[in-house]
Amino acid sequence: MRIRFEKRPDPSRTMLFLTPVLAVVLTMLIGIVLFQALGYDGLKTVEAIFFTPVLAAYKWQDVATKAAPLIIIALGLSLGNQAKVWNIGAEGQYVAGALGGAYVAYLTPGVTGSWVILAMIVAGAICGMAWAAVPAFLKTRYNVNEVLSSLMLVYVALQLMSFMITGPLKDPNGNNFPQTAPFTEAQLMPHVLPGTFIPPGLIVAFVMMLVFWLVVSKSVYGFDVKVIGAAPSAARYGGFNAARTIWTTLLISGGMAGLAGILEASSQSGQINLGFASNYGFTAIIVSFLGRLHPVGVFVAGIVLAITSVGGQVAQTAVHVPSAAGGLSQALMLFLILAGDVLVRHRIRIVSSQANLAAGERL
Amino acid sequence: MALQGFTPARLELREISKRFPGVLANDRVSLSVKPGEIHALLGENGAGKSTLVKMIYGIMQPNGGEILWDGQPVRVTSPKFARKLGIGMVFQHFSLFEAMTVLENIALGLDRKTSQRELEAEILEVLEMYQLKLDPRRIVSTLSVGERQRIEIVRALLLNPKLLIMDEPTSVLTPQEVEQLFETLRKLATNGCAILYISHKLHEIVALCDAATILRGGKVVATCDPRAETSRSMAEMMIGASLKTISKVEGRGFGGMKFEVQGLSQPKRGDFGIALNNITFSVRSGEIFGVAGVAGNGQNELLEALDGERPSADAGTVLLEGSPIGTLGPSARRARGVCSVPEERNGHAAVGEFSLTDNAILTARNRLQMVSGGLINGTKAEGFAERVIADFGVKAQGAKSTAGSLSGGNLQKFIMGREILQVPDVLLVSQPTWGVDAGAAAVIHQAIVDLASKGCAIVIISQDLDELLGLCDTISVINLGKLSKAMKVGEVSVEEIGLLMGGVHGDPEATVHMTEVLHAHPV
Repeated sequence: MRIRFEKRPDPSRTMLFLTPVLAVVLTMLIGIVLFQALGYDGLKTVEAIFFTPVLAAYKWQDVATKAAPLIIIALGLSLGNQAKVWNIGAEGQYVAGALGGAYVAYLTPGVTGSWVILAMIVAGAICGMAWAAVPAFLKTRYNVNEVLSSLMLVYVALQLMSFMITGPLKDPNGNNFPQTAPFTEAQLMPHVLPGTFIPPGLIVAFVMMLVFWLVVSKSVYGFDVKVIGAAPSAARYGGFNAARTIWTTLLISGGMAGLAGILEASSQSGQINLGFASNYGFTAIIVSFLGRLHPVGVFVAGIVLAITSVGGQVAQTAVHVPSAAGGLSQALMLFLILAGDVLVRHRIRIVSSQANLAAGERL
Repeated sequence: MALQGFTPARLELREISKRFPGVLANDRVSLSVKPGEIHALLGENGAGKSTLVKMIYGIMQPNGGEILWDGQPVRVTSPKFARKLGIGMVFQHFSLFEAMTVLENIALGLDRKTSQRELEAEILEVLEMYQLKLDPRRIVSTLSVGERQRIEIVRALLLNPKLLIMDEPTSVLTPQEVEQLFETLRKLATNGCAILYISHKLHEIVALCDAATILRGGKVVATCDPRAETSRSMAEMMIGASLKTISKVEGRGFGGMKFEVQGLSQPKRGDFGIALNNITFSVRSGEIFGVAGVAGNGQNELLEALDGERPSADAGTVLLEGSPIGTLGPSARRARGVCSVPEERNGHAAVGEFSLTDNAILTARNRLQMVSGGLINGTKAEGFAERVIADFGVKAQGAKSTAGSLSGGNLQKFIMGREILQVPDVLLVSQPTWGVDAGAAAVIHQAIVDLASKGCAIVIISQDLDELLGLCDTISVINLGKLSKAMKVGEVSVEEIGLLMGGVHGDPEATVHMTEVLHAHPV
């Protein structure tokens, strides 16, 4: 007896949309059992992770703040993922972007004017792109797997950050703490909607969502990316250049990660310190798949993941689960959505040894 | 059932049915094959031939009906059991290990264990008996397709079969190889082996078979004696309608020079690719130029070099109306009027999971102005897809249905229509009717002829010699990446073309070279 996967000829569209929802619900159910088995109050833990951040208004700002970088990064990643270009190194590009912006800040200590923050943002996006250009070059020139090269560059970026904030960019008045000087007023992102909980990053995320939506659904470039992902030979026949698409998708996703990095630094932390890198670049991979690589889906998924991040912290104080609880829920969610994907596109057939013999008959 | 004295039929099927979810693949099919009879199973793609044969060979079980073997009801539960009964089968697609010898390949396919020495003796005996030419110690990758098929035949013959099933055996053979195969089959039949011969090539059946069962839509629609029928009458039974004759204007003249290829060479891609070697030919306006050849001799490489998917370093190797286009990519060539249809429909000429509208955008977006300011005009694209569907009689549930949901013939009609309605100056087509039913093939052939009559220069690359001889004005043969001189159709014999086709075996130098490379460890 053997289990075999068979491709479904026509995968159900409803199920395709429903799997992310199912993945979230299943994560909650498994979470209850899991945390109970670990000796915590399972129901309460899951409530803290998934519901408290939604129901308690004072947590909304936290959720919105955490959702913004996730969405911005995941929008870029989704574009690449559609072309089956797997950028796993958004975390490194995020850090590189923040460092680029911080360097502009370092050069403009006493300068005022709104161009300062603009220059920082542009520098951030460019540095993110530059970091992603390395895997793009290696992939197109030497056919190096971008999963490995982009991932390894994350650790290079983290080392670079340590070096910068303990060396060239170290705050002279920081009592020798590893951090940059706090950004000045002109170097901070202004609060766009004063009096609300919505951070400027979320507005950028929303605008970017609309732009990506237009690009993916209507533009020739969006078509290009989808054909390259679906059928590379057909793309070549249709006149699309795979190398160019690898470059552009990596540059765009790198640029978006860099943008998220400098936005975070200039609107939340106000400087770069050792705790700056906080896995947004990795979590965004989950957001991208949970959002079905669709810009609107990514926006919603970003909020869901932000809820679990905030919820993970709530659960730490409320139920005293370890800090890994939030990450565990996120990983479970990714696992379930990927598994769900396989099941939507394939059906499982249990083949008896007799029929199996027939199928395996031709060597 | 007719009384057959003391010799019952070797194989008799009684009302065999097979149901798949949503389809009745075989609907109460009955047929009987006598010992020594060559029986044709005839039908279009999707008529249910393969399903029926799979049930005889034990790969699938019927939902209803009875199989009788030498008059006794049997349940063929597995291919192993089928072989025990004495049923041998030669599949359309060979399953051979390229890097191993003939002997090793045959040994791998046997149910019993024999020493290599004994097996080789047995093989030589079979080869002697049927006068088949095959060296058991040769490495498979150095063999021509015809020789590879002989391995499969020997494999089946070693079991002393009482019934041999041949599934579309001639689709990859040169005319000479087909003749050799028929000799072998006739000899087998004389020795009392029953043969079930599956094909849709009608003249072969007329030449070879004693009886024919014709399937359409899973049902037996006729049983006949092919020797008393014509190809045309059987074709009409097979498609269930009268066949349209392709109307081609005889003795028409051609216009000026349209498409020229001069000294085109490209290195081979990967280990199993074929290098293009100094290819030169030219096509005039209104001319249909055919490229014949056995599969795997550089046909795909040629098409991709011509349509710009693999551009050359030298612009002067491909000329369109005298201007060099050899370095341009597919989009630039298409913009200048060179459209193409590659051999592989799924994943190359079309994207299976995309809608027909998106598949129209794939190649027609620039020529038909579907794009402005980087954005795609979806309404325009959908309108074009619907026009292709209507004009070419594509059976699809509208432009939104996915390419993958269409049958092979319908998808091919859509792809051909998509290129033809872009009104190309030059159309390059590879295998225009590969795996396409006779009805769709007629539509496609007529469309090609009509396009040529409007002044388009057309290049058809095909393995189907009948198709080329029926459509083309000029023909040449590709073998190992080299193109023969162009010959006028009507002045050249099938035998001559067959000799040029040769296959790998036709080039002794190349064969010797490949043998040296691969003969790392002799048996």
